[in-house]
Amino acid sequence: MVAAIENGTVIDHIPAQKLFAVVNLLHLDQMTSAVTIGYNLPSEGMGTKSIIKMADKFFTDEELNQLAVVCPNLTLCIIRDYDIVEKRTVALPDELRGIVRCTNPKCITNNEPMLTHFHTAGPHTLRCHYCNTLVPLDKVELVPRKS
Amino acid sequence: MEKRSLVTIADHSREKIEYLIRMAQEFERHPNRRLLEGRVVATLFFEPSTRTRLSFETAANRLGARVIGFADPKVTSGTKGETLKDTIMMVSNYADIIVMRHYLEGAARYASEIAPVPIVNAGDGANQHPSQTMLDLYTIYQTQGTLDGLDIYLVGDLKYGRTVHSMLNAMYHFGPTFHFIAPEELAMPEMYKQFCRQHGIKYVEHTDFNADVIAGADILYMTRVQRERFTDLMEYERVKDRYLLKLDMLSKARPNMKILHPLPRVNEIEYAIDDNPHAYYFQQARNGLYARQALLCDALGITLEDIINDSTIID
Repeated sequence: MVAAIENGTVIDHIPAQKLFAVVNLLHLDQMTSAVTIGYNLPSEGMGTKSIIKMADKFFTDEELNQLAVVCPNLTLCIIRDYDIVEKRTVALPDELRGIVRCTNPKCITNNEPMLTHFHTAGPHTLRCHYCNTLVPLDKVELVPRKS
Repeated sequence: MEKRSLVTIADHSREKIEYLIRMAQEFERHPNRRLLEGRVVATLFFEPSTRTRLSFETAANRLGARVIGFADPKVTSGTKGETLKDTIMMVSNYADIIVMRHYLEGAARYASEIAPVPIVNAGDGANQHPSQTMLDLYTIYQTQGTLDGLDIYLVGDLKYGRTVHSMLNAMYHFGPTFHFIAPEELAMPEMYKQFCRQHGIKYVEHTDFNADVIAGADILYMTRVQRERFTDLMEYERVKDRYLLKLDMLSKARPNMKILHPLPRVNEIEYAIDDNPHAYYFQQARNGLYARQALLCDALGITLEDIINDSTIID
């Protein structure tokens, strides 16, 4: 359904509605190589899913792990010469800077031009480094991107 | 000089808390010194707080420091749109240490990360108020002779009261048993009860408040039930007087039991109790001076040994 790539990264099993969050987190709008995006594709396990194929693009662990904030069950494939050379899942990093917005409107990070900073506090919860507010992963809002 | 900001009491170990109590004892013995002569302390109050500000300024003045700052946020550049960072960076050029009260939560942590001088948190929104906690701990130690294994009863607004939350964070080192006495609307939040369970702190919850319930207390820590916290004002009217401590409720109290209150008091403690030997809230407020003298000195890198060997004592 989506053409194979020679070298690059494929992110599969993205919950359909999380596609644009992933696009934003990875700054795909700034990429110059070929990107193929499949949206609302039929999936046996998930009903519908999204998929992103990025030619000639490889990410650092840090860049990929921040995806765990929006979709903890992603599968990633690293492609070289049309072969999958590595398959991996993402893991929530211990710290997240500038990714997640604090849900507390009285938090300093929502009132001062500064980066947000969260620590993981359990498998499904983040804690704001500044105001200690706990944010469940399913309630996470991302920091809006500046254009 | 090492930069030693104070953002939250949760950053402190048991040993550090005991060390600061030792320091405060020295200041209680001799509060007037020239230990901070030549230093400038800035008190930046982005939110008004008369008691805390006067206490910090007195602490600085009695140690010989000069004090600059503002008590009214309307006079600051913040109202012109200046960021907190800019204000902090500007004041850092003038002062050796900044005592800051801010209405935003996390402001103190942020200021401590950007400022080249130590920051002492004098309250950041509903988040932390470590100098209040320190004076509470000092008072508990002073009245009970120990911090270990005490029965501490917290009464009133346990949902929003940051002083009671900080108390849990600080006391967990000392194996206390807590009793939470509050209306259901203002009960201790689950997050803090979870903290107690994780750290093996025993706690009991009550909604009744009478002589039998408080008979086992070493410390009775009263807080104000605030009208503005209630969504249902009928509920407020129903519970507001239920948490008023009356003189006859002290009939079964332990002899060592002391009543604390962070003040201001409105309708939580009957005035007739003020002269009762169990009442200790005014002495508690005075301890704020000694505790804050200790916190200012510690943040400026002055050690307990320096204070014990201090040759600048005035009185």
